[in-house]
Amino acid sequence: MDYINIALPKGRLGEKVYAMFKAAGYECPSIEEENRKLIFENEEKGVRYFWVKPSDVAIYVERGAADIGVAGKDILLEYQPDVYELADLGVGRCRMCVAGKKDFFDDRTQTLRVATKFPRIARTYYSSLSRDIDIIQLNGSIELAPILGLSDVIVDIVETGRTLLENGLEPKEEIVPISARLIANKVSYKFKNTAICRLVDAVGGRE
Amino acid sequence: MDAEWILQGSEQAVFRLRELYQRHGYLPYKMSKFEEYDLYVRNKSFLVSEQILTFTDMDGKLMALKPDVTLSILKNSSQGKGLQKVYYNENVYRPASGAHSFHEIMQAGLECIGDLDDFSVGEVVMLAARSLELIRSDYLLDLSHLGIVAGLLAPLHLNGETEQSLLRSMGEKNTPALRELGTQLALPQSVTDRLCRLALLYGTPAQILPELEALTDGAPQAQQALQELSDLCALLAQYGLGANLRLDFSIVNDMNYYSGIIFRGYLPGLASGVLAGGRYDNLLKKMGREGGAIGFAVYLDQFQRLLAPQRGYDADVLLLYDGGQPPASVAAAANAILASGKTVRVEREIPDGFRYRELRDLRKEV
Repeated sequence: MDYINIALPKGRLGEKVYAMFKAAGYECPSIEEENRKLIFENEEKGVRYFWVKPSDVAIYVERGAADIGVAGKDILLEYQPDVYELADLGVGRCRMCVAGKKDFFDDRTQTLRVATKFPRIARTYYSSLSRDIDIIQLNGSIELAPILGLSDVIVDIVETGRTLLENGLEPKEEIVPISARLIANKVSYKFKNTAICRLVDAVGGRE
Repeated sequence: MDAEWILQGSEQAVFRLRELYQRHGYLPYKMSKFEEYDLYVRNKSFLVSEQILTFTDMDGKLMALKPDVTLSILKNSSQGKGLQKVYYNENVYRPASGAHSFHEIMQAGLECIGDLDDFSVGEVVMLAARSLELIRSDYLLDLSHLGIVAGLLAPLHLNGETEQSLLRSMGEKNTPALRELGTQLALPQSVTDRLCRLALLYGTPAQILPELEALTDGAPQAQQALQELSDLCALLAQYGLGANLRLDFSIVNDMNYYSGIIFRGYLPGLASGVLAGGRYDNLLKKMGREGGAIGFAVYLDQFQRLLAPQRGYDADVLLLYDGGQPPASVAAAANAILASGKTVRVEREIPDGFRYRELRDLRKEV
């Protein structure tokens, strides 16, 4: 039989999302056991799950290794994969923000130095403001950059803002709200249409 | 011996496609690998990607490696009696998605230019379907008509940028984003509802066409487009191609160039589309020409995976010899193997990594 291959993001968000799939009737008992397997199948329901690094979900789906997947809007905006974005799951809510030191004053006379994991989002945002920026791409501990003077501001995901606060930083501007999206490979959507639509309706509450 | 296994997947496909197009009276069209850069600059957004490989020619002219074939055909096509029906098989150069490098993509396709009518449009779409059928019988051909979406948007007089973002969301079947845009732009609720519904529709003509009646109600341009689309579906059904047709209004191309029927082809097991085409009267108009034009391209580079037979070895027989055997006897032994229909590799030592099914060692046969 034809399985639907589902890529879930590793971590807390993925577990929350799996719970949604389970509640919608797409449970997979083996995934809940502690083991070292990489792929989990439920033949009866016709689903096959696997955990991948959150930023890789879009790649698995775009290239058809997964038929559907769950990825944060931040990843979709940054990588712009050629996929269908079928539903906003409403979980993993946070904001893409510009943040900086509390006493930082942007006088707009100088090129702004921006540290970020999301260079494309940052560039698009500032070019919409016609602002010249210097992008400093980092892979983690973004908050460190303005503290050490590596950058003026950062563009990053803000959930509660506590990390920022504890380090003397604060959100300055909101770029876009973020949440988890259900995405589908465009070709799989066509060849496995009935099965995918049924799943999307059950999980995503699509119109 | 079957010649199929020597031809690689994409080469096989080219053979079959050329035969198909030739049989329907399309003429081959061959062009140079280069074209003046200027041609592409003037029509940048017609291209799949705006990145173009350029170089300076001996006389200082800026040239480009063809990123596209259609523009060259249009530029060189002459106006005269009857339609121009041509097919081609060319390499084009575009950036690979995700990688910061250019790719050479083998592309075949055809163009039909002139005073088009329902038959000639139907014939081109039929040939698109047959092209896919040659590769696999379980293909899907998605059809859309730009006039339907354009007809719904026309009374709103949106500017280019907002229209683009609406179309982008339609292309993603992203109804949450469509609704958000609808609110931002203060579109009438009925229009937003219709756009969302259109974006999500997917199915056979028989399933979808009745629903479109209601969706295009009160929009004359859209209704006319719907009529064209349903006539086309009927014609294709008569060709016996109904079963693999799907309607999908999330296929959206740039309306500055395209108008009317557009379509995409898919094969199971390949993660992206392998055929794209449509009617591009507006491009023709931009180039100062009368009439209509429709065409499609088949991207052959992906067929490698589908058609190439998996062989677990490089040759049937590995024939080993050394200085002890006269060349004539080695040749005779090789010929005998070839005559039995097997492939043979003749060597003095077993080459590294070479895979064979049978080993024949002349050194031991003396």
